[in-house]
Amino acid sequence: MVENRRYLTYVAHATLILGIVIVAFPIWVTFVASTHEPQDLLTSPVPIWPGGAFLENYRQVLGVGLEAAGGVPVGTMMFNSLVMALAITIGKIAISIIAAYAIVYFDFPFRMTAFWLIFVTLMLPVEVRILPTFKVVADLGMLNSYVGLSVPLIASATATFLFRQFFLTVPDELMEAARIDGAGPIKFFRDVLLPLSRTNIAALFVILFIFGWNQYLWPLLITTDESFYTIVMGIQRMVTVADAEPQWHLVMATTMLAMLPPVVVVICMQQLFVKGLVEVEK
Amino acid sequence: MKHGWIGFGAAVALIGFGAAQAQAAVEVQWWHAMGGRLGEKVNAIAEGFNASQADYKVVPVYKGNYTETMTGAIAAFRAKQHPHIVQVFEVGTATMMAAKGAIYPVYELMADSGEAFDPGAYLPSVTGYYTDTDGNMLSMPFNSSTPVLYYNKDAFKKAGLDPSTPPATWPAMGEAAKKLQAAGYACGFTTGWQSWVQLENFSAWHNVPFASESNGFAGLNTELTFNSPLHVTHIGQLAEWQKSKIFDYGGRRSDSAPKFYNQECAMYMNSSAAYAGVSSNTKDFEFGVGKLPYWPGADGAPQNSIIGGATLWVLAGHDASEYKGVAKFFAYLSSAEVQADWHQFTGYLPITTAAADLTREQGFYDKNPGTDTAIKQMTNKAPTANSKGLRLGNFVQIRDVINEELEAIWSGQKSAQEGLDDAVARGNKLLRSFEKANM
Amino acid sequence: MKKRIVFNHRVLPYALLAPQILITIVFFIWPASQALYQALLIQDAFGLSTQFVWFENFSELIDDEFYLNSFQVTVVFSAATAFLAMSAALLLAVMADRIIKGATGYKTLLIWPYAVAPAVAGVLWWFLFNPSIGVAAYILRVFGYDWNHTLDGGDAMILIIVAAAWKQISYNFLFFLAGLQAIPKSLIEAAAIDGASPRKRFWTIVFPLLSPTTFFLLVVNVVYAFFDTFGIVHATTSGGPAKATEIMVYKVFNDGFVALDLGGSAAQSVILMLIVITLTVVQFRYIERRVEY
Repeated sequence: MVENRRYLTYVAHATLILGIVIVAFPIWVTFVASTHEPQDLLTSPVPIWPGGAFLENYRQVLGVGLEAAGGVPVGTMMFNSLVMALAITIGKIAISIIAAYAIVYFDFPFRMTAFWLIFVTLMLPVEVRILPTFKVVADLGMLNSYVGLSVPLIASATATFLFRQFFLTVPDELMEAARIDGAGPIKFFRDVLLPLSRTNIAALFVILFIFGWNQYLWPLLITTDESFYTIVMGIQRMVTVADAEPQWHLVMATTMLAMLPPVVVVICMQQLFVKGLVEVEK
Repeated sequence: MKHGWIGFGAAVALIGFGAAQAQAAVEVQWWHAMGGRLGEKVNAIAEGFNASQADYKVVPVYKGNYTETMTGAIAAFRAKQHPHIVQVFEVGTATMMAAKGAIYPVYELMADSGEAFDPGAYLPSVTGYYTDTDGNMLSMPFNSSTPVLYYNKDAFKKAGLDPSTPPATWPAMGEAAKKLQAAGYACGFTTGWQSWVQLENFSAWHNVPFASESNGFAGLNTELTFNSPLHVTHIGQLAEWQKSKIFDYGGRRSDSAPKFYNQECAMYMNSSAAYAGVSSNTKDFEFGVGKLPYWPGADGAPQNSIIGGATLWVLAGHDASEYKGVAKFFAYLSSAEVQADWHQFTGYLPITTAAADLTREQGFYDKNPGTDTAIKQMTNKAPTANSKGLRLGNFVQIRDVINEELEAIWSGQKSAQEGLDDAVARGNKLLRSFEKANM
Repeated sequence: MKKRIVFNHRVLPYALLAPQILITIVFFIWPASQALYQALLIQDAFGLSTQFVWFENFSELIDDEFYLNSFQVTVVFSAATAFLAMSAALLLAVMADRIIKGATGYKTLLIWPYAVAPAVAGVLWWFLFNPSIGVAAYILRVFGYDWNHTLDGGDAMILIIVAAAWKQISYNFLFFLAGLQAIPKSLIEAAAIDGASPRKRFWTIVFPLLSPTTFFLLVVNVVYAFFDTFGIVHATTSGGPAKATEIMVYKVFNDGFVALDLGGSAAQSVILMLIVITLTVVQFRYIERRVEY
């Protein structure tokens, strides 16, 4: 440090702790709500310390399944979310890394056309084009399938764009060296570029996994078979019950469980994620 | 491969195994919006039907809330992947009716499939909402309810009010609310579903039109009329009361329910189907059920209230053999036993007279006082053109418009007259665009 | 844009691009063009009667005061969300940058809201601020503020801003922290020797050096507020009260999905697409320049 002003360090710690408390508060309330009896949650104010129904609530959510969400056990929904999230993640990384490779390392007619074609899809949320996309998926017979859940969401340019940015920062000398060694484009990609992209792949893995896991409207629309329900849509279903009170204790228990996998992914891959994310943007 | 299995199944059936029957059962898809405990009950009904015969199998699918269910079915229809039966809320009625090529009217379905069907067995105040101008039933009523007044009996005692007589008129509501506030309650009363309770049912209950052309039954050229002096007086009074929390707004839909449960508000107007929820969430106090209040000066009040809830529509484009299953299922659903059970479990109205009678015979109303308030209120008088129901296109958005304008009135941004005039003007615009899209 | 030296191959680049192009055309370009065409139609919900009306849906939008309203709401919401999420994140990042011990721990505890689904975040905040049962609403009432986002448009706006910013703080925090750590310590030391106070050092040296990060985050946050907050609005306010929180992407959803006005909704999508493309180009040009220099 530049100078050692004690009080500034204390201020820093205090600010960070306050920040964490504010950031964590909604989750704390959720956790607390998931440990109470249903009646406790309909009287004002909602308790702010955990209650005694933790085991009971989680056992019900995990074991019996949620009538409120169509009787699908949380385990099944979490498995579906996992499959969907992984399919989106892996699919997107795979197709976009090769597409970015083609755009950066090759010169060919319509290169810019291809680039803009992909690029124009950047950031346009699925909500905006959802009905026509639904029709396409239905026409292709992909309703109620993992393919239908994941493939349409692979059509986005974010990953391609990030890989492109990264490839542009890779020193040209590497390629020259590879050429001198007589390495073809595929060998260069496999032996040089892919290992170099490890951190970026990890960062994208985290981002895309979360993106996939958190999808709501799309799975809601294209699944009619309970065995394909995902967890996020399950939570929304439990909240919007007609002519009845949401069973908040179970909603909150499910919410805790639904947040667990993406949070674990973020925390476990924190180093790679942060490094990859920030480097790509540099 | 597929044929192989069917062959195998047939062989098994020949041996007398019987299992092949389950395989041959024709599937009927039923998309619904019943979450929570109601969803369980829906599954139980389907299971009951499936167990009662072997030719058809009804598969209930929970598709989210009413809006999501309806849009899901429409999107599926456009992609030719639609279910046989879809549950549509009452505000979607005009949209469904106008889609002539997409729906299969229930009366035609029953006639085509040769299933015994007596329209006279159904409660006219329930089915009236869903019949065409000739009185033909277009959809099968499933979950219908009507708003009632829930009140906190303990609070009434504390405030020196008679706990067995809830206020019958609006002025009495105001008086009671003031006494309740004096007894320490923060607010007198709140309401759920404000448009449905305070305007739509208000109109029927006072026998004034909500919209022209018999509330839209007679044609698409209907115009809204809920800015009449009576409506303005009523909404103006509520807005006045909002200031001192005699009335306290608690959000759209049933978001205000906790205000009643945690004894912030001592009275609460909402669907009769909220009965189960109210009784399980009011363990700390005793509650009673009363009819909706009315303005004593209004001619013909109280008339009868109208329903809300949803019906089952049959979508066109499937095989005749499958529709036979749909018809059989509807017959099963209408049976007195199934209906009485559904009515008693959920608080929704029974759809047939027989089910209501059965419930009475079983002593349900005696054991659960107040549960018959809804039926009494519905059948208070023979329905008039103003109290048969509502049939408005784009009603979902019109409800939103009403919600928005009422919120502006409650918060004091607009007077009752301004807010209702604006709501009528904006609503009429939506009615015209619906007329245009369905010419 | 591309490498100075490139591979020459006739077929390979097309083969590499094929999967992405195929998926993009089938699931993006084709449906998006359908939406474009839909914008010129007036159609009933079931698609049984269709009229081609040219640009009537667009001209109706221009006359629609609520469309203008949703535009204004979006601008206010995006600006406030970006400002709140970025300033809170910057403050936390500056503090974390000071600390040597335990920084990783703080980082871990701050980044996970990033992982929470918007639809779920909406449910959490709805529960927290529910006027009748919410803890936050209760605390506010204790302090004498009668919180009611079901009635007060300002309260509702604050609710969605806070919920949206909450989710974005982690992301901004990571970038600001990385940006701060990349600033050479020698620069700051030199200023300290000149006797500049920590506050002055921050505003004269650190903040200007962070401006590329800040600009990048600004674009990201605005885009986030424009499009990714649908789930939050859907789960908390549904655009109410009285359209006070109806952001554009929610209006597209509501008009198309709930109200089944497909033509009007599609017309709004088209306008939204134009905005996205503009924002994208701005971001793209900017990043492009950074790479070249």
